[in-house]
Amino acid sequence: MLRLVIVGASLAGLRAAQAARAAGHDGGIVMIGREPHLPYTRPPLSKELLQGTQEIEDSALHVGELDVEWRLGVPATGLDRQSKRVRLDDGTEAPYDRLIIATGSRARPWEGPGSHLKGVHTLRDLEDAVALRTALSSSERLLIVGAGFIGCEVAASARALGVEVTLVDIAAHPLLPFGPQLGERWARMHRERGVDLRLGVGLAELRGRSGRVEHAELTDGTTLNTDTVLLALGSQLNTEWLADTGLKFDPAIVCDATLTTVSDPDILAAGDIAAVPVALADGTPMRVEHWTTAAEHGQLAGRNALLHPADRAAHANPPYFWSDQYGSKIQALGCPALADRIEMLEQSPEDDRFVAACVSGERMIGIVGMNAARRLPWYRKQLTQPQPLEQVKAALADDTKTLGAPVGASV
Amino acid sequence: MKVHVDMNLCQSHGECVAVAPDVFELGDDDVLVWQEEVDDSRRADMQEAANVCPMMAISLED
Repeated sequence: MLRLVIVGASLAGLRAAQAARAAGHDGGIVMIGREPHLPYTRPPLSKELLQGTQEIEDSALHVGELDVEWRLGVPATGLDRQSKRVRLDDGTEAPYDRLIIATGSRARPWEGPGSHLKGVHTLRDLEDAVALRTALSSSERLLIVGAGFIGCEVAASARALGVEVTLVDIAAHPLLPFGPQLGERWARMHRERGVDLRLGVGLAELRGRSGRVEHAELTDGTTLNTDTVLLALGSQLNTEWLADTGLKFDPAIVCDATLTTVSDPDILAAGDIAAVPVALADGTPMRVEHWTTAAEHGQLAGRNALLHPADRAAHANPPYFWSDQYGSKIQALGCPALADRIEMLEQSPEDDRFVAACVSGERMIGIVGMNAARRLPWYRKQLTQPQPLEQVKAALADDTKTLGAPVGASV
Repeated sequence: MKVHVDMNLCQSHGECVAVAPDVFELGDDDVLVWQEEVDDSRRADMQEAANVCPMMAISLED
């Protein structure tokens, strides 16, 4: 009977195990996880959990009666593809017939002066969120370094808690992947809520007293008072344990559309750590670090791992991403980061809801929406492949369900 | 089978709509509406809708 080993016990790993069982797999499943916890969902960590509207237990993913052998709190340390064994940190080994790699990523560290001080945080795991929540309960001045999605969401959460927030980023606008035009809008949104947003500037040094952070010096020479610092500088893949395995990295593990690694048909990858061809990017393998992709990859990898490579199904859904900030819902489909311009397609007269196309050449390869949830299913149908923008606009012109015609040049 | 959606959790991502547009729909106000009674032949779809819901708001009952 086929032995399935899944390394990574978060969303992608859990969905893989559930899908394998649902597909009738009755052999062994070993789930190896670095963290001591059963799988949990991370999106609330920067939002509801931080704001105190959800508790730790609300983040648990539903595991139910899943029949797996859990190896939690024991990271995988190596892989021997010849003998088909995963090595664990406690010296044991897990033999496999099929392996699913879902070890994801971690917060990218900053190693500048003062990074070791108390009061300096990153946010990726449950413990990180609990520590940051505790810090914010008595914080007066939070400095967030990095105005990406985590940085912006934590800024919004901290403002909701009444904490003074300074948000800095070396880029010229927040939420870089959505481009400069929409960047103006996000910058305005944060400033209107009282965030001291400083762009085009980075962190040079953190200084403290008695081991606690008290000041931050920015690259433009400004010194800020602060008692809590969040370093939100993106992520780093957990691939070190796979060094010397001969698997192809780019820097994620390169897979075909069925999530099978191009290096080994018995090894599949899912979630953040997998680079998978995306139709909207003309088949270029891409790493998509979104919740939904991890869930979809996991399900598909769990099913595909049981099959002969020729019978495995391809992943086809467009990447989907969302972010909640100040009560507004930002949603994106497709590949906004690859667009060369943004064009407004629909807009409410009040300008509080919109859908904008992410355009490459003359083709729509993604959309960004704000408070436009009901419009997403229509675009999802369009975005299985790049679509000629003119064709999309013609279809919208005849559609009575849009939010309204774009009100002007302001995106 | 019965399909429950916890509307305290639902945030209108529309993932379920993508899986089963005949069962789930987002109304004009972005609020989800859905069929509560679904034929057993749709079990795999309903399970997938529950699995891809980012808010874990969907549960199934026989």
